[in-house]
Amino acid sequence: MTMARSVFMMVLFAFVVAIAGVADAASTLYRFDNPDQAQRFQALTEQLRCLVCQGESIADSNADLAKDLRSRVHEMILAGRSNRQIMQFMTDRYGDFILYKPPFAPRTYFLWAGPLLLLLLVSAVMIKYVGRTRRDKQSTIGLQHDERARLSRLLGESGEPKTDRTQT
Amino acid sequence: MKRYLLLLPLILFGAVAVMLGVGLTLNTSQVNSPLVGKPAPDFQAPSLQTPERSVQLSDLSGQVALVNIWASWCTTCRQEHPYLMALSEQGIPIYGIDYKDERPKALAWLEQYGNAYRAIAFDAQGRVGMDWGVYGVPETYVIDRQGVIRHKHIGAITAHSLREQLQPLIAELRREGESR
Repeated sequence: MTMARSVFMMVLFAFVVAIAGVADAASTLYRFDNPDQAQRFQALTEQLRCLVCQGESIADSNADLAKDLRSRVHEMILAGRSNRQIMQFMTDRYGDFILYKPPFAPRTYFLWAGPLLLLLLVSAVMIKYVGRTRRDKQSTIGLQHDERARLSRLLGESGEPKTDRTQT
Repeated sequence: MKRYLLLLPLILFGAVAVMLGVGLTLNTSQVNSPLVGKPAPDFQAPSLQTPERSVQLSDLSGQVALVNIWASWCTTCRQEHPYLMALSEQGIPIYGIDYKDERPKALAWLEQYGNAYRAIAFDAQGRVGMDWGVYGVPETYVIDRQGVIRHKHIGAITAHSLREQLQPLIAELRREGESR
């Protein structure tokens, strides 16, 4: 049992290492002065969309353009440019479309505020609707004084206890 | 008030349907360039034919011109090439940027299909292309007399786009320049 388990663990470990190796392939081609730069490179390239294969970031894509953009990001990091400057470089050339996270600009106010607006709208409707049905229940389903008297009289006739169980 | 609330789901549905409809019909393979309406990015690169000479943005100055990004490895470039030849014969200056190409292959290509260009910048690393926001070849930019990019055509020029877009725009830009 322990033998089988340790074999399983070893296979699992090998698998994890293999995956990590593949995932890391894009960045290992580049040399950095310090780990911070490598981390920035990874973060930046994951935020940039490959314009050729639009479902992929330039960190993941194998397209030629993605490779060129990666090496340009690498170059700019080594040249001491800030993240902001690098992103500006990209949007100046390729537009906001290259950013996976759209900027908060007049053009995108609705995009960012949309979910909140929808939540407010739905809450307003819910409050109104729930409030109304509760009032409706009291006014139409609730029995009038004479009806209640009649009901208890009827229940009394059929042998049921005379306690008023219908009181809401 | 009640009536309005009953209509609300329908209105919401309509709004979502319209937005999704617009989203679906957008052509996302053609990304609008932020460079349109801005001065063309400066560049300087060796000439394809004579490497010791350089081709730069100032070569275009004062004319309505096309800048065409092409490469010998690009098959769609071959499709649009006859239209570029035709424009060139009409006297419209076309400047080429040979994007990430190999010199002998590019020269052979010109030999075979004809040279529609006033000058060709040899952009071996694609650095000029990146400054111009190139993400696919071919791309064609229309530059006005002031050196401002007025239009970006992505993909091959076709008979239709030539007649409906490029030629009218070029004619308009030429008139614009004269009236000043």
